[in-house]
Amino acid sequence: MKQSKKIGSKIYMTLIMIFFYLPIIYTIIFSFNSSRSLTKFEGFSLQWYEKMFHDSTMMESIFYTIVIALFATLISTIIGTITAIGLSKSNRILKGIVEQINDLPIMNPEIVTGIGLLMFFSALGVKKGFMTLLLAHIMFCIPYVILSVSPKLRSLDPNLADAALDLGATPWQALIKVIVPQIMPGIISGALIAFTMSFDDFIISYFVTGNGVNNISILVYTMSKRVNPSINALSSIIIVIITVVLLFVNIIPILKEKKERKNNET
Amino acid sequence: MRQFKNMAYPYMIWISIMIVVPMFMIFMYAFTKHGNDVATFWFTFDNFIRFFSDIIFINVLKQSLYIAVITTIICILLGYPVAYIIANSKEKNKVFLILLITLPTWINMLVRTYAWMGILQDNGILNNILSLFGLQTKLLHTDFAVILGMVYNFIPFMILQIHTSLTKMDKSLIEAASDLGADKIQCFLKIIFPLSLPGVISGITLVFLPAMSSFFIPKLLGGGQYVLIGNVIESQFLTAGNWNFGSAISLIIAVIIMISMYITKKIEVKNSTGKGGIIH
Repeated sequence: MKQSKKIGSKIYMTLIMIFFYLPIIYTIIFSFNSSRSLTKFEGFSLQWYEKMFHDSTMMESIFYTIVIALFATLISTIIGTITAIGLSKSNRILKGIVEQINDLPIMNPEIVTGIGLLMFFSALGVKKGFMTLLLAHIMFCIPYVILSVSPKLRSLDPNLADAALDLGATPWQALIKVIVPQIMPGIISGALIAFTMSFDDFIISYFVTGNGVNNISILVYTMSKRVNPSINALSSIIIVIITVVLLFVNIIPILKEKKERKNNET
Repeated sequence: MRQFKNMAYPYMIWISIMIVVPMFMIFMYAFTKHGNDVATFWFTFDNFIRFFSDIIFINVLKQSLYIAVITTIICILLGYPVAYIIANSKEKNKVFLILLITLPTWINMLVRTYAWMGILQDNGILNNILSLFGLQTKLLHTDFAVILGMVYNFIPFMILQIHTSLTKMDKSLIEAASDLGADKIQCFLKIIFPLSLPGVISGITLVFLPAMSSFFIPKLLGGGQYVLIGNVIESQFLTAGNWNFGSAISLIIAVIIMISMYITKKIEVKNSTGKGGIIH
């Protein structure tokens, strides 16, 4: 009875994993197809990769995606961390209001945030393009940074900074040498979330961009109207990079732990 | 330490400009007539009346609700067992399984949805498998394709939420129940399931919300003719150029989403204070 249940759950998990990974494997396989077909594999070739590297709109979109994601992550992590520290010392009412508004971009459907920003930028008369895209990304990334830093601040001993100040540290030193190192895990996970949010965003970007500035998502969306296997090549590269980075991020702590355990034993 | 509180002020200015003003503009446009500029603000319900008096829009709204509800239900039915199996597996496998579930979510949604276009095509792999059983049908550009795309994109959120609530659960309660003579099924129905409801509820939030407003999944997998409410908003803003009507529709879906969230929260409260009175 127990054995059959185990087999049942194994079969179920396998089916779910096939469902999860079928499109990903499919994309990678067909990026090497020698014909345009998305349904029949007719032979191995690298032509779609070649086409991709020679396609200036594709390369530009990769460039914009990475640059926007890096800037948005950097700026939103700094502002988000500063704000979270400030909020942890603010009075309850003010904190409540800011947290409520901060939740809006997370709780609202992305399309609502997108059209709001679209109308806002148009009302200001700002030309849609790189700047509007970057501003929008910073706007929707900061809330996630605040949400991931705040819990770390809450569990921080409030006397810690006071102790540093009493011992003669300037507020700036107390901040950089005492508070920031303590909340570093929160800052890093906030930055990671910000990066992936920005890297993957489609809906908000789609509404606020213009003048030929596209990110990868928008490019796939506009190109998908006709068959274009170069998209598969581009997708495969993204898949490989993200998989490697994720495995790296997940494996390093395990290896570190093992090493520490070994050191403790000897 | 007090001096640090000034550090929150710049962001307060930022959110007033970047979050509050755009939200306010949606309200303003929704309640004014097309063509009016900001200077001649004229309050009107016309945009809402237009939406609710047109059978086409009502049908689109119904279809969107239908797709979102079905997607959410399928995500619970398929996702719950996955979360349950992971929560009950060995610690070492757990990390690995969670990684397998989250990995696809880190890959661009458009990219993954695009892949389904090839798989679901008339002569695609899925139809080739079906044809072995003599069941070849049209898959792409149907309700099935759209629901499949949505379930595929949103189910990881459901699994992770349920998994969190299952692992947070106090295991001694289950032991106590089985000591007192409850069998496996009773244990699940009376203890495990009620205690995991908060996870299911937040999972519903994370699935229903994007399913209700998505517009690229219906466009890619439903085809150009397939219209959900998100597509209507998109076309009002980017092709028809009627921002007032578009704003009104987005307010309508925002309200629908808020109401459904409120109802699910209510159900959760009722359940946790009602018959399953083991909590607290």
